[in-house]
Amino acid sequence: MKNYQDNSTSVSRRNFLKVSGGFTIGITVVGLVPQLTSCTEDGEDTREMVAKELNAWVHLREDGQIMIYSPASEMGQGSKTALPVILAEELDADWSDVMVKTSPIDPEIYGNAGFGRSGRKIMMNVGSRTVKGYFDSLRQAGAQTRYILLHSVSKTWEVPIEELSTEPSLVVHQKSGKKIPYGDIVEILDIPETIPEFSIDQLKNPEDFRLIWNESIGRVDVPEKTTGEAVFAIDVKVPGMVYGVIERGKVHGASPNLINEAEIRTQDGLIDLVALDYGIGVVANTLEKALEIKQQLNIDWNTDVLAAKHSSQEALESYSKLNQHDETRDLIEKGNVKQAMAKAAKVYSAEYKNDYVYHAQMEPLNAIASISEDQNSIEIWAGTQGPGFVAGAVANALGLEPENVKLNLCYLGGGLGRRSLHDYVIEAAQLSKAVSKPVKLIWTREDDLRYGMYRPMSLQQMKAAIDSEGNITALSHVITGDGSNLLASGAANEFYAIPNQEVKLNIVKNGVRLKHWRAVGHGPNKFAIESFIDQIANDQGVNPLEMRRKLMANFPRALKTLEKTAEMANWDTPPRPGRARGIAFGERSGALCTGICEISLDRDSGKIKVHHFWSAVDGGTIIQPDNAKAQMEGGILMGISSVLSEQLTVEKGEIQQSNFHDYQLMRMADIPESLEIELIPSNDKPQGMGEASTPIVAGAIANAFLALTGKTLNHLPFSPERVKKVLDS
Amino acid sequence: MPIFSLKVNSKSEEVNVDSGTTLLWVLREHLGLMGTKYGCGVGQCGSCTIHINGNPMRACALPVEAVSEGQSITTIEGLSKKGDHPLQKAWVEHQVPQCGYCQSGQIMQAAALLEKNNNPTREEILNHMNGNLCRCGTYMRIFNAIESASKEI
Repeated sequence: MKNYQDNSTSVSRRNFLKVSGGFTIGITVVGLVPQLTSCTEDGEDTREMVAKELNAWVHLREDGQIMIYSPASEMGQGSKTALPVILAEELDADWSDVMVKTSPIDPEIYGNAGFGRSGRKIMMNVGSRTVKGYFDSLRQAGAQTRYILLHSVSKTWEVPIEELSTEPSLVVHQKSGKKIPYGDIVEILDIPETIPEFSIDQLKNPEDFRLIWNESIGRVDVPEKTTGEAVFAIDVKVPGMVYGVIERGKVHGASPNLINEAEIRTQDGLIDLVALDYGIGVVANTLEKALEIKQQLNIDWNTDVLAAKHSSQEALESYSKLNQHDETRDLIEKGNVKQAMAKAAKVYSAEYKNDYVYHAQMEPLNAIASISEDQNSIEIWAGTQGPGFVAGAVANALGLEPENVKLNLCYLGGGLGRRSLHDYVIEAAQLSKAVSKPVKLIWTREDDLRYGMYRPMSLQQMKAAIDSEGNITALSHVITGDGSNLLASGAANEFYAIPNQEVKLNIVKNGVRLKHWRAVGHGPNKFAIESFIDQIANDQGVNPLEMRRKLMANFPRALKTLEKTAEMANWDTPPRPGRARGIAFGERSGALCTGICEISLDRDSGKIKVHHFWSAVDGGTIIQPDNAKAQMEGGILMGISSVLSEQLTVEKGEIQQSNFHDYQLMRMADIPESLEIELIPSNDKPQGMGEASTPIVAGAIANAFLALTGKTLNHLPFSPERVKKVLDS
Repeated sequence: MPIFSLKVNSKSEEVNVDSGTTLLWVLREHLGLMGTKYGCGVGQCGSCTIHINGNPMRACALPVEAVSEGQSITTIEGLSKKGDHPLQKAWVEHQVPQCGYCQSGQIMQAAALLEKNNNPTREEILNHMNGNLCRCGTYMRIFNAIESASKEI
């Protein structure tokens, strides 16, 4: 730790509680630290226990317990733990003294400033931006909290602050050998007039990190997730609560006309029917009754909507022949692609396609809403990726003031992008308002799947120019589909030295609900790019690893992942007969990784088996290495699942799948024999780890298939049926 | 509404529900045992796995009347006294859960295996666990945790 006397900026004590480092810091003596999580059954709010102005990141207790607020929504990505680790590192806290609590929903204090653009702080956990977005400010908050402790001790011991240092949860005076535990400082706490703003070089030297990059720090949510005690929104019960379900159309946007309303209304246990633009809400005394009545609704659906004209497989086939699109955008124009194509020694072209995929987060959407008697305020229990946006969304829908909407954030049984939109929360609020009772709204799995919001299907048309030395001199990538920017991410090639590049987006509206799905456009786009590179390499007689080495020569971070992965996979030694390896590179949210898989093929059934997967990733500074590996592993398995079996199709607007029997996720019998992850050591800023590995899977498998069979798979998913067709072609 | 007597986690319970109500809703919404999860409602995902007389069953596919008096129902809450079943300890050691939603079902399914076979082969583990979905992709760690727990039993 550097000396802190030459601080360039400081803030006055009067304001520090709110604005120091953009953060509120309060060290308060809390006689009784509330033990409740923010998602509690009785809805008790921790904010009421601590004065507003002391609503802060750190609470230090006399017995030494250090409570740190985590503002992250926890959906399995681990940020609930990672964020407090960052703060605790600079605070020099002993991790065993730390207790983590979910922070109040207050974006001004607890928001993520790392979203760029506006600089506005928001509470939204998307795009793998939570850790990277909070990193700088939480280090600052940790360092400033530590400063307050040092200052307090320096006053009491009457020694210069420069003579004090810290060891885990201890302030130390080297000269006298005196030590004082953090907890004992509570009694002598003296908040200084000014709190310095620490510059990067005044913060801990990464060499001295004890918590960051520490493999042995487990996630705080893991133990309660092994006993059934972890509280997801669906587990919340509030007094007087009744149950809501909604029957929605099979065609997105269709509007209902309930034919047998009178008959339905005679049902015992029914509390009310609630008409929505796109569905009929059923509120009943019990969940089983609500579900039973839902089945009995006789609804005439008005399907005069855009989606009703949409049949996915026909539409996808038509994309390459369309002369007109609803909109066309030039996403990237670098150099002169046309000229390079004209000068090329050889021009390659290829097309790739992908069907819709569904989030399939294991906890179906649900929320609990409890409207007040005067209908002016509402309390919500929900798992959401965007806790900072719930109040606005619900207030807007119900005509309330946002400050009268209170959210209790629960664990998310998976987010994957789906829980960043609050349609399900608004619905619960609408039902609660309609019946003036607390309502638990549950989407059935069928509701969740059929009225889902999918990763869009798309067509990728690739064209490349090669010069006489085999260099790729130009790459043209045209994406066609619905979903605007959902299609765009991942199309840029920032780590391949291709001098001329263009990416165009043709938008065709289909009326099907679409949304961010883990890694968004990176899945389809990296599939197209990485497969195309191998097709070119194959035709040129170049090893795909060599081809990428050349392209990445000027990008050492990317190259390192390539070399490391090749080493892990023993790329230069061929696999046993009947197997082949494929390689792909990807980047997402700043993390770079290469993946290599080894596959075999059952030629009778068309089933591809992934035996091994290796990946080296550069995610910058890794807060929690074991969790980062878990994210990489999960991303790869979700990738394999989506690439080999997941397919959602639409016929005249009707979603053809309904549950896990016909929308098939990867199961345990199909796991690889090994899945190895290496984290490239780095002290650079942390990058997003949650989605890094998913986009490399399709290319790696397609490229292994090319190596094994000489044939190309160009349509996701590579279902056995499709693979058979390719083999027979 | 009929009254059903159940034995859940060694405790006698009475519930007053319509016939046909699934055991899943009885456990969760009527008895407040929230560790057993709803994932699909059609026996395809295993999130609602419980034990009936030691056998792994899907609570979403069982009407309450099918669980007659005397049958012993065990949920994740009743698997161990302090959350210290060898599998639960292995789950923590291997940092298995991500979102965690499917994990009660995974642990209950695995516990039924180890109860009958404390030295399962790779194939036996994979086959036994094949009905339990995990969207986060924690399968590698589930496998490793079961293997290491089997050595403790």
